[in-house]
Amino acid sequence: MILITLFLEFAGLSFVAFGGATALLPELHRVTVDHHHWLDDTTFTHLYAIAQAAPGPNVLVATLIGWEVAGLGGALAATLGLCLPMSVLIYGLVNHWERYSGQRWQQAIRLGVAPLAVGLVLSGATLIAQAADFHGGAWVIVLVTVVLNLRYPALHPLWLMAAGAVIGLSGGL
Amino acid sequence: MSTAQHNIPPSATEPAPTLTALFWGFSSVGLSGFGGVLPFARRLLVEKRRWMTAEEFNAQLGLCQFLPGPNVVNLAVIVGKRYQGLWGALVAPLGLLAGPVLIVLVLARLYDHYGAWPPVQNLLRGLAAVGCGLLFAMAWRMARAIPQKQVFWPFTVFTVSAIALLHWPLPGVMATGLLVSSGLAYWTLGRK
Repeated sequence: MILITLFLEFAGLSFVAFGGATALLPELHRVTVDHHHWLDDTTFTHLYAIAQAAPGPNVLVATLIGWEVAGLGGALAATLGLCLPMSVLIYGLVNHWERYSGQRWQQAIRLGVAPLAVGLVLSGATLIAQAADFHGGAWVIVLVTVVLNLRYPALHPLWLMAAGAVIGLSGGL
Repeated sequence: MSTAQHNIPPSATEPAPTLTALFWGFSSVGLSGFGGVLPFARRLLVEKRRWMTAEEFNAQLGLCQFLPGPNVVNLAVIVGKRYQGLWGALVAPLGLLAGPVLIVLVLARLYDHYGAWPPVQNLLRGLAAVGCGLLFAMAWRMARAIPQKQVFWPFTVFTVSAIALLHWPLPGVMATGLLVSSGLAYWTLGRK
């Protein structure tokens, strides 16, 4: 039963996931922590951290949430739920797409989505900070990450994550 | 329909990849990216294997980014369908996800066993802080790329207020925001 609920919740979310799974973080939190109480705040931020540190597309955070909620079946149900609806839709749409490309309504939606997607990513960042209950040290790491990532785009994020993990290990965050 | 097919130029490049090639090609893409794999998909498809030209890649990516959902998975469906039909559309995303899902499941089992151990909690806290910083940086970069900022940034403020402060459900917020914001964009496009 919980597998069906998981699949349907994530399938529903896939229709509003403009900007991919990253933009979906706040809603994933609302549904899994606030609404269903499947996870607590700490576990949610931990799963996000693990997904960030693992190779692969951003969808994997859904795989992890599914696993924590209902084991292997949950992991598959959540991943499929998030991927399947749009995959089916795009499979049907792709041959008709070229006809509409460049039309005014299409440009308008593309322009209109962008500021909302920014808002979603920003909300996701705020949410992680809130759920993890960051204090002084953690905020310094957040700030340093932002500055380094923007100033040195060639610096691989993996180095920053490794540094963050080591600093975290030393305690005091 | 026929016009649609006319608009897609035949691939000027290599012979159509087999199902096996699609699976392993997308596996390598999935396993090489951290926090998003799109650049790696481009490198494989356009530069390394030459399954599509840069223009074709941009056009197809346009559709993927236009629709909600995981962009790279959608791209795998498109590329798979294009070369091997329905089977390709199944095998390419499967290749993309299989390896990373296995890895993440191993990490999840480790987390279940050792997650309560304080050093692991500290490590994950450090990782989460960096992850949070990367999100802020990404939002900043995306915001900088928006044209006509004074017109569209208010919609960013609207989204953050509704989602982060008021915790409203996403579907309603997106539907409302999208309608007004795209409507405004449609209007400004017409004035040019």
